Amino acid sequence: MASWPKPTEGSWTQHYPDLGTAPVSFDDCVSPEFYELEREAIFMRAWLNVGRVEQVPRVGSYFTKNVEVANASIIVVRDADGAVRAFHNVCRHRGNRLMWNDFPGEETEGFCRQFVCKYHGWRYGLDGALTFIQQESEFFDVDKAMNGLAPVHCDVWNGFIFVYLGEEPRQELREFLGPMITALDEYPFDKLSEHYDFVAHNNSNWKLFADAFQEYYHVPSLHPQQIPPAVRRPNMSVECAHFQIDGPHRVVSTAGARRWTLPPEAMYPIERATRSGLVGPWETPDLGPLPAGLNPGGVQPWGISNFQIFPNVEILIYGGWYLVYRYWPKSPGTHRFEATLGFHPARNVRERVEHEVAAVVFKEFALQDAGMLGGTQAALETRVVDEFPLSDQELLVRHFHAEVAAWVEHYRRDRIAVKA
Amino acid sequence: MTTLLPAVFAELEPYAPTWCLATEAERWRQRHSSTMDELTRFYDAFFPRLEQAIEYCNTFALDDLPAEVANLVRLIYSLVIVAMAIEIFQQPRTVDAADAILDRVREPTP
Repeated sequence: MASWPKPTEGSWTQHYPDLGTAPVSFDDCVSPEFYELEREAIFMRAWLNVGRVEQVPRVGSYFTKNVEVANASIIVVRDADGAVRAFHNVCRHRGNRLMWNDFPGEETEGFCRQFVCKYHGWRYGLDGALTFIQQESEFFDVDKAMNGLAPVHCDVWNGFIFVYLGEEPRQELREFLGPMITALDEYPFDKLSEHYDFVAHNNSNWKLFADAFQEYYHVPSLHPQQIPPAVRRPNMSVECAHFQIDGPHRVVSTAGARRWTLPPEAMYPIERATRSGLVGPWETPDLGPLPAGLNPGGVQPWGISNFQIFPNVEILIYGGWYLVYRYWPKSPGTHRFEATLGFHPARNVRERVEHEVAAVVFKEFALQDAGMLGGTQAALETRVVDEFPLSDQELLVRHFHAEVAAWVEHYRRDRIAVKA
Repeated sequence: MTTLLPAVFAELEPYAPTWCLATEAERWRQRHSSTMDELTRFYDAFFPRLEQAIEYCNTFALDDLPAEVANLVRLIYSLVIVAMAIEIFQQPRTVDAADAILDRVREPTP
């Protein structure tokens, strides 16, 4: 296997000296007290990606998003001016959850000209303004202008819809995303609008699943079946070509051989027959010029870049298609996982079958990642071991937990400062 | 007897009532409620004709498939999900998935 050059410091980890090389604690994944701090310190202080603009294609399109860790349900809507807005999903009259379908606790989506509360029929415009009070004359000096839906800070970057649940964003969205992520400004996510969406309810802390997808060291051991037995070897090693950290965000790139250049036994029969599989369709339509930021390490042959946007979003870009993962904490030991696969809209059955194969293979191996989580969580909760060594290949795991700790510490200090 | 598939794929009719399923959720359930013998029979019957089936379906417009062609596309999708069990895991369940569940909640049609 190719050996990729390390930075001059001798390792990727030492290239970021603040991180050190010491073993790390995963107490941040089991401590209920730490989870309580994360609510405010992270999820009320970071921009959070809740979806894509394709989910609100026209004026009046909306969806709701549960953010349990911030105790929030949000309505995201395209307003009459075509802008994307967000509001808390709370009726101003008696606090009823405003938009829901079969069950108020479940997310919903649809199209409407106005929001109508099921309880007493109060109505709100797509801009959140209170427009109608049933039997208004029975009320006592309710000023409609003062009773619109509570707004949520909302901004869009390259089609990704972000909200900020705290009072005032400490940074604008672009500033928060920083140069490494905004180097993807020109990536044509909008052309990859054929989406396959997945949801899982996993029995682990949210960070443990994110960890599984920000290193490739585990692949030969946990996913031996990714390689057909004829070419599988014991003790196969993995080496990623490029790691980069920018503020709270991370990226890892790996090299990738063009699939059709591999010997036939390196792929399963279903992959050869459909010309798709583990890393997606072998060939995809030309998307036009792609930004240099897609492959910041200049890796050749480039395979994938996996961007982790703090705190809980990951965008994985292969040649011609991409995936988005989101990890939504529900309790110290549980989270909801969302994944979306985006392809260019299939032009014929062959292309649609290629996408189906990629989506099926994705699920099989993501289930192996998810299958470990309950065991890891339970083992960490025993607290038998409190320090764990991380390799250079796991730099991004190290950085993620350090960054979470830094945000929590920053919040603690701010809170003490306010009290003083 | 009514047929579900295009006439040139008539030999696959015995599998059609079980495997012409519109959603991944149904196909996933069907794989997991089948024995390896059942999965193998379907795979062995269909896999040799898979590329022909894709070619055949490809001659129709994706957004206007005749009903029997749409059924054949669904049968192809089922073969894909069954191939995971036959070629990769040698069992209906994903190896080492433990109690994990990952639901596909939205997908394009057909």
